[in-house]
Amino acid sequence: MRKVLMGNHAAAVGVKLARTDVVSAYPITPQTQIIEMLNDLGESGQFTGRFIKVESEHSAMAACLGSATVGARSFTATSSQGLAYMHEMLHWVSGARLPIVMVDVNRAMGAPWILWTDQTDSLSQRDTGWMQFYCSSNQEILDSVLMAYRVAEQVLIPAMVVYDGFTLSHTYEPVDVPDQKLVDEFLPKLENAYALRPDTAEAFSALPSPKEYYRLKARLDHDMTRALGVFEEAGKRFEEIFGRRYRLIEPYRCEDADTILVVSGAPASTAQAAVDDLRKQGCRAGLLKMRAFRPFPAEALRDFVRPGTRLAVVDRNYSQGHHGIFCEEIKSALFPLKSRPEVYGFIAGLGGGDITPELLKEIWKEADEGRADASTANWMEDAR
Amino acid sequence: MPRLAFDPEKTAPILISGRSMAENKTGIWRSIRPQIDKEKCTHCMVCWKYCPEACVDIASGIPEINMGYCKGCAICADVCPADCVEMVEEVAR
Amino acid sequence: MLELRFHGRGGQGTVLAAKMLADVVLRSGKGECMAIPEFGVERRGAPVLAYARISDGPILLRTRIYEPDVVVVMDTAAAPSERVMDGLKPGGTILVNTEHDSAELAKTWPGFKVIAVPARQIALKHGLGTPAAPVLNTAVIGALCAALDIAGEEDLEAAIRGAVPIKIEENIAAALEAFAFIAERRPHAATRV
Repeated sequence: MRKVLMGNHAAAVGVKLARTDVVSAYPITPQTQIIEMLNDLGESGQFTGRFIKVESEHSAMAACLGSATVGARSFTATSSQGLAYMHEMLHWVSGARLPIVMVDVNRAMGAPWILWTDQTDSLSQRDTGWMQFYCSSNQEILDSVLMAYRVAEQVLIPAMVVYDGFTLSHTYEPVDVPDQKLVDEFLPKLENAYALRPDTAEAFSALPSPKEYYRLKARLDHDMTRALGVFEEAGKRFEEIFGRRYRLIEPYRCEDADTILVVSGAPASTAQAAVDDLRKQGCRAGLLKMRAFRPFPAEALRDFVRPGTRLAVVDRNYSQGHHGIFCEEIKSALFPLKSRPEVYGFIAGLGGGDITPELLKEIWKEADEGRADASTANWMEDAR
Repeated sequence: MPRLAFDPEKTAPILISGRSMAENKTGIWRSIRPQIDKEKCTHCMVCWKYCPEACVDIASGIPEINMGYCKGCAICADVCPADCVEMVEEVAR
Repeated sequence: MLELRFHGRGGQGTVLAAKMLADVVLRSGKGECMAIPEFGVERRGAPVLAYARISDGPILLRTRIYEPDVVVVMDTAAAPSERVMDGLKPGGTILVNTEHDSAELAKTWPGFKVIAVPARQIALKHGLGTPAAPVLNTAVIGALCAALDIAGEEDLEAAIRGAVPIKIEENIAAALEAFAFIAERRPHAATRV
């Protein structure tokens, strides 16, 4: 049934439909409504998961670590500084191979004090061993929570569902809320063979030898790479059940495109409209939407690009002193190719600046006409 | 040098020891040990509450410290209102 | 695509009005819809903006609305007349909560269709809010549905029944009264100068 839901409520409904056992979280704008709604649903008896109150995000992740260790499907949500505060626990959770799902509602990092969206918070957690999936609509948010649990539990790696603060989190639009029976079919009960059994004396993640540690990390990397295939399989199964298909990278009107916008998150939706406009003007424009950031779909990207095409990568994030973060990753993924497309990096919309179709069209033209500088980040804004 | 030789599918994803952590007697790290003056003790249980190792047993009324786990942190000596815990040098074992 | 901008004050239900409009559009099956709050720190009494998009096809744009087709003024004190016109498309519609007459107001905004609706009066009559803080979103949505031909009375009633948590019958009555107010005056209300 279709319902008008804000992005945060779409996430909460997804968590409920996933029959999540334990939720622990600490409030922070723009994430708080997810947890508020789960509490309301709990109070009215529609959500039966346990809620663990904590005094910080660090403790929220610690509580989820505990609940996931005994095999409970666990969830938390945060933003910005709250995510940064969890940092050391994120490494621990992926190292302990706990399939926790977390929503990060993108909010720029302070200082200065800022409420609005950019992706620097989630992308700063790049090396923590968490999967990251980016959403472009409220429907994708709900669906991605279900997809994330399925993939996470199959490969035993935690997953972050990431979406733009306010632009999606607080925006209302119709969302198809799937039937519980269908969700149960897609997402069976979590059976974690490595869960702690209270009746057995076992010690988890105690001091290994360097050799053992090295192999554990190699195993994690092996499974992270395996997750690329598991994600595509989950996308196929999702389509069979719900009729919507999700892929690691999603091309739009790219068949004969000379220059392709590469965008993630909500601006990838706006970029579709920008590409339609450019096509109407006779420009050979295309769009590549990046849904997965970790594991990075490098092989899919190499298969997708053709020599002679130009990529205009739009980053709503920045690694100070270098580049936009998606741009860096894309360049490094394409490096093994003998003949590589030109890649231009653009920084736009940091701290919640609007990424409008006009701005995206200008970015496309700068790349298409070779006016942008390929050796550095090009800073762009819609002056309105 | 050879490359890393291992079969990822045959390597467990996490490290689980079949032995309980309780067997890990961390008391051997101790260099000073608490000594309780049972005459002066008022049975207030403050040491029990504050012990970060939870190794103070108060079942008998008088605190008994489990030396298998006590690391000699001296928090009990610091918080005892009756000042009945004294830290003494650990003799060589 | 029809793009709307709402001007109101924190606490008046401006964002909820935009959301309710989306509910009505979905329920009436008249296409796709999106309601967007102007993002900021919510403070009671401060001027707030919200936006809505209505379209036959999928809505891809996820930005603020810079050039609306319709501006809804929930509180004239919160929106100086020049801000109301800001970016409004030539010939665009301004729907105002006011007890004044449309023709009289049209002089303030030449070149636009001005529609007046006494939403505050209607809301208070049905016991919604207090004179100092009237809750007028349902009355405004009722007026919008009639003025822009978005939905009929049945869909309007059903959407409000599903959207408001308390005083459901009062809210429905206010919406329907505002709907009727505009429907009766429609030939005259859209005073194009």
